[in-house]
Amino acid sequence: MTMAPARPASIPAAAPAHPSAPRPPRWTDAHVTVAMRSKRHRRRLVNGLMVGLVTLAALLAVLPLIVILGHLVALGGRSVQWHFFTSLPRPVGEVGGGMANAIVGTLILVGLASAIGLPVGIGAGLYLAEHAGTWLATVTRFLSDVLNGLPSIVMGIFAWQFLVRPLGHFSTWAGSVALAAMMIPQVARTTEEIVRTVPVSLREAALALGYARWRTSLSIVLRTASAGIVTGALVAIARIAGETAPLLFTAFGNQFWSTSLNQPIAALPLQIFTYAVSPYDDWHAQAWAGALVLIGLILLISLIARLATRHRFAGPGGD
Amino acid sequence: MTAPAPAAGAAGAAGVAASGGMLRPPGSEAARGSVAARRFSFWYGAKQALTEIDLDIAPRTITALIGPSGCGKSTFLRAVNRMHDLVPGTRHEGKILLDGRDVYDPSVDPTTLRRRVGMVFQRWNCFPKSIYDNVAYGPRINTSLPRAQLDQIVEASLRRAALWDEVKDRLRQSALSLSGGQQQRLCIARTLANDPEVLLLDEPASALDPIATQKIEELIFELKRELTIVIVTHNLQQAARASDYTAFFYLGRLIEVGSTERMFTAPREERTNSYITGRFG
Repeated sequence: MTMAPARPASIPAAAPAHPSAPRPPRWTDAHVTVAMRSKRHRRRLVNGLMVGLVTLAALLAVLPLIVILGHLVALGGRSVQWHFFTSLPRPVGEVGGGMANAIVGTLILVGLASAIGLPVGIGAGLYLAEHAGTWLATVTRFLSDVLNGLPSIVMGIFAWQFLVRPLGHFSTWAGSVALAAMMIPQVARTTEEIVRTVPVSLREAALALGYARWRTSLSIVLRTASAGIVTGALVAIARIAGETAPLLFTAFGNQFWSTSLNQPIAALPLQIFTYAVSPYDDWHAQAWAGALVLIGLILLISLIARLATRHRFAGPGGD
Repeated sequence: MTAPAPAAGAAGAAGVAASGGMLRPPGSEAARGSVAARRFSFWYGAKQALTEIDLDIAPRTITALIGPSGCGKSTFLRAVNRMHDLVPGTRHEGKILLDGRDVYDPSVDPTTLRRRVGMVFQRWNCFPKSIYDNVAYGPRINTSLPRAQLDQIVEASLRRAALWDEVKDRLRQSALSLSGGQQQRLCIARTLANDPEVLLLDEPASALDPIATQKIEELIFELKRELTIVIVTHNLQQAARASDYTAFFYLGRLIEVGSTERMFTAPREERTNSYITGRFG
């Protein structure tokens, strides 16, 4: 709401007064019969009940998130100190130590996966929306839906089979490809849904101004749909950032510092997994801290992208 | 009219800037913008929408296409700048000539054609961009256009569309913050920025109030000095007020065409007479 462009004084605000806004009474109490009063009373009661129920549902929906966050802060908050971000994992028993390598590793893995997965996914989604009737679109859409339901560990096996085995070693590349393979179908489908909501009249306007079809797609359709596409991409990034299974036998994890794309690389989810299943209390604390940092990272990515794509011209529906 | 715009001068500036002379055929200036249909028929799949239309539209005139819903007048309008190209399953026979050249000739590039034959739609469809960017959208297809020249085209086009005085202080604001009538004039300005020879209007005022409609009609009348205008309208008073020639379509055929005055006072065809006197349609 706060983002709406400044409206010139000559144009009245679009919406009339909200129905629940107070109005001058048309009836005085003297007009109200007993029957009317009880009916009105019941309507108010039912209304109040329904509003209460949906409010409760909304609270229940955020409850798990609040509980998880609270739990993470309580158990991992103490371990999230400066050295957690700057130092490498230390052996059991040694105080301190952090997950600097895993944090950087996750950023590299997710960045590389996005660099592969987002262009392909968005391009495929654009194709699905703009050439909806072709057999290629039908097949792609169906396969995307199948892939979206595929367990993530299968993506890991796929990358292991086609990248790790032929190359003979685990690597950042293999992990990123596995993650990208997870992103592509999801991004394609959300992009398609958003692009379909761009009004035909906007495309026609661009075509009638002498733009070729591909340029219309790029400059009008993608731009108009950009906020929705970014949201879809963020959901996909957030999802893969927390994935563990596809990385188990592709990126593999690494206790040491490595940013090479051809070497095994550490990742936060893997590190959390390793520490969480260990029998040591201080490693458990590190795992909680890692989870907290992972959630913070996802939150940060979402925030930055949201701010960057704030829609300047999303005015009141001109169409 | 409103702005004391030196219409011809502004148009000339826009013309030189927007087209750079590249889009124009080397034909004489006087003849440009004539449209003619020769036994033109059109099909959506198996359904025939137009049957052997023969129609001549002279440069710098306003021709109104009238007729009941589904009679083919919008189909004909969209055929002139080949907006049907993207609809699968459509086909045509016959010719539509623009300055003597068939627009469906394989050597004609539809994007170049659409820059010479501009189109404004029934429901205004401004882009969710600033006012400036909306007008500059067409010229920007030539990405190397210098900024100063672009400014010039935007101002000239907004002046020609009689919108400059209303928006000159807020060119950077969203086009969607304008009123409906202003948005429709912005759509006309956006089309004029391409410096077309022919302007096709598909019921441009049917969703507007009477005052906004009047402004659009005055604007169309002004533009006649520079452009060939073809307007589809359901509003017979509008056709009678604003046009030089009127063509009556019925069931995909062109029933009668003539000067607007004669069409509305002494139609030769009984069906024309019935339609304009409100007995059907």
